[in-house]
Amino acid sequence: MTTLHTVAATGALKLSWLLLAFPLFGAVVLLVGGRRTNRWGHLLGVAMPVAAFGYGLIAFFALLGDANRSQDQHLYSWIPVAGFQVNMNLLVDQLSICFVLLITGVGSLIIIYSAGYMSHDRDRRRFFGYMNLFLAAMLLLVLGDNYLVLYVGWEGVGLASYLLIGFWQYKNSAAVAAKKAFIVNRVGDAGLTLAIFLMFTEFGTVSFTGVFGTVGSAGSGVATALGLLLLLGACGKSAQVPLQSWLLDAMEGPTPVSALIHAATMVTAGVYLLVRSNPILALSPDARLAVVLVGTVTLLFGGIIACAKDDIKKSLAGSTMSQIGYMTLGAGLGPAGYVFAIALLLAHGFFKAGLFLGAGSVMHGMNDEVNMRRYGGLARVMPITSVTFGLAYLAIIGIPPFSGFFTKDPIIGADFSEHGAAGKVLGTCALIGAGITAFYMTRMMFMTWYGKRRWEPEAHPHESPPVMTWPMIVLAIGSVGAGAFLILNDRLEKFLAPVVGVPPTSEGVFSTAGLVALAFALAGVALAWVMYGRVPVPSEAPRGSLLTVASRKDLYGDAFNESVLMRPGQWLTRLSVFFDNRGVDGLVNTLAAAVGGTSGRVRKLQTGFVRSYALSMFFGAAVLVALLLVVRL
Amino acid sequence: MSPIHYVALSVILFVIGGVGVLVRRNAIVVFMCIELMLNACNLAFVAFARMHGNLDGQVIAFFVMVVAAAEVVVGLAILMAIFRARRSASVDDANLLKY
Repeated sequence: MTTLHTVAATGALKLSWLLLAFPLFGAVVLLVGGRRTNRWGHLLGVAMPVAAFGYGLIAFFALLGDANRSQDQHLYSWIPVAGFQVNMNLLVDQLSICFVLLITGVGSLIIIYSAGYMSHDRDRRRFFGYMNLFLAAMLLLVLGDNYLVLYVGWEGVGLASYLLIGFWQYKNSAAVAAKKAFIVNRVGDAGLTLAIFLMFTEFGTVSFTGVFGTVGSAGSGVATALGLLLLLGACGKSAQVPLQSWLLDAMEGPTPVSALIHAATMVTAGVYLLVRSNPILALSPDARLAVVLVGTVTLLFGGIIACAKDDIKKSLAGSTMSQIGYMTLGAGLGPAGYVFAIALLLAHGFFKAGLFLGAGSVMHGMNDEVNMRRYGGLARVMPITSVTFGLAYLAIIGIPPFSGFFTKDPIIGADFSEHGAAGKVLGTCALIGAGITAFYMTRMMFMTWYGKRRWEPEAHPHESPPVMTWPMIVLAIGSVGAGAFLILNDRLEKFLAPVVGVPPTSEGVFSTAGLVALAFALAGVALAWVMYGRVPVPSEAPRGSLLTVASRKDLYGDAFNESVLMRPGQWLTRLSVFFDNRGVDGLVNTLAAAVGGTSGRVRKLQTGFVRSYALSMFFGAAVLVALLLVVRL
Repeated sequence: MSPIHYVALSVILFVIGGVGVLVRRNAIVVFMCIELMLNACNLAFVAFARMHGNLDGQVIAFFVMVVAAAEVVVGLAILMAIFRARRSASVDDANLLKY
């Protein structure tokens, strides 16, 4: 078990607030500046993330050259209440700097790409404003040194995700998808909120150092509760079963958004949360088992969906779910898996962003066509895109020596050695997942790049401009090399060891599980070749088997949510409305009507004839006198 | 003379006044009937004061006279105004203030 020891930041790391300041400045200028910034807005929008990346590199090397690699920069005291102190502190340590480099590095590449991809969009400035807002929030999420600051970033990326999914809000589907993402994320956020409440009541602090220092003495019940609540939060943000339904619809946003937010960075925030909270998970085997279960179910779930989708972006979204399932699985394995989860996360940032940008490049050339059955034979006309896409493809299915092989297979291997018999079953599922991954990715390759041209008559595909191809080339280099760089010589393992602990002895790179996973992957490739490479792909989708139909409908995830949550909710609402109208309002309205009706009748006594008033007074007085006499006698 | 006679006279005057208020339409007559009722009260007050040998009733009789005088001033003014507006002094004609 590891605990977090931090020291006050020194040297270049004293300026870590710059990481937030750059993109935040960009977002404020672009969103507040309005139309005046239209002409040069995208330049500022690109410059700020690049500047943040530049500072991130400086901070990284400053950290490498420093003995204390967990440095806390105090900005200001945010909530100073007698016994409860929350500071706005930025924690730069081994884990967060990995994320900083991923977010700003891949983020810069994608934003450069967006300058080309969004060049014809009327609202390009707003797009760059939101992207900068997202980067600022995401950096706050990974840099916060306590759960409350993390939560601010957590909500900030949720907001940016909502704004960017609904970026083309004139399309109803985009507006609905944005709302859906926001609402589903609310469920996960509730989990994180409750976890923070629990920390506050149990420990009286929400800082990482404080919570991790005292969680050991709080008992395993608290640790399990915290672990499960944090898992719920991670499920929402990382689109894990059962909160997975929003990610496929989130593809309504512009493709760079899908690449940055819904593949490379934001959806991995859940994995960050779990890995960061490793001292809590370490105390609760039950919570870790739940994490592993969620990861395993999701990696199969997402993979199966990805196999049947004809929409290239949705297929990639299913793949993202599946790969994050692997990361979650890794995070649930304890010290054996943390390093590989983070390694896969970083490598996935490269290859999945590369795949999404490739898909965007194809859409750019094909009049925004997303149906892969309308692609085919594009390798000839888009050579650069096809090569970069192909390299990312080799990385994701885990062919050595590409990065997926080094990062994913160790997770599968570690899965077999943890959690006893259950681990064997889960490991087998992860192996099958590797085969599925290879199948759907190969299917995508054949449908998009090879085979007969099934284009719409008006499509004139062409290679994208250099501003779009260069980021793809850089990402492809990352896809090829990142895994080997991080895993060989245990570079990442040694670097992260103070935060997440040291994995028990591993079998080395070419483990049995890794080789079996490779065999599964090759089988998947072969099956995909038989089904989509050898025979021509029909341009209209055939009816398909029961499983295909189910996968096209996201394995009935939406139907489940609708029948189990939405419809009972609507019934409850209707019942409440009925009770409110008939019960509460009915009572009040009836009373009011009774009073009104009675007074309407009593009113008629006011005839305006003075003498009748006098008569009633007379009788009244007479009655009073009579009463008095009766009482007296 | 026994005080009972005074009280009887007072009751008779009060009833005449009351019946007048209820049955007559002419505002001036109604008004005079009210004065009659007030004076019947005065008579009763003074009679009882005399009976019990203290001055409270006599003092109150003066108050009643003052009130009656003030009432006459205001009441007659209102009567004049109504008559000017409606060319009638009948209390039944002035029935606009109703439901």
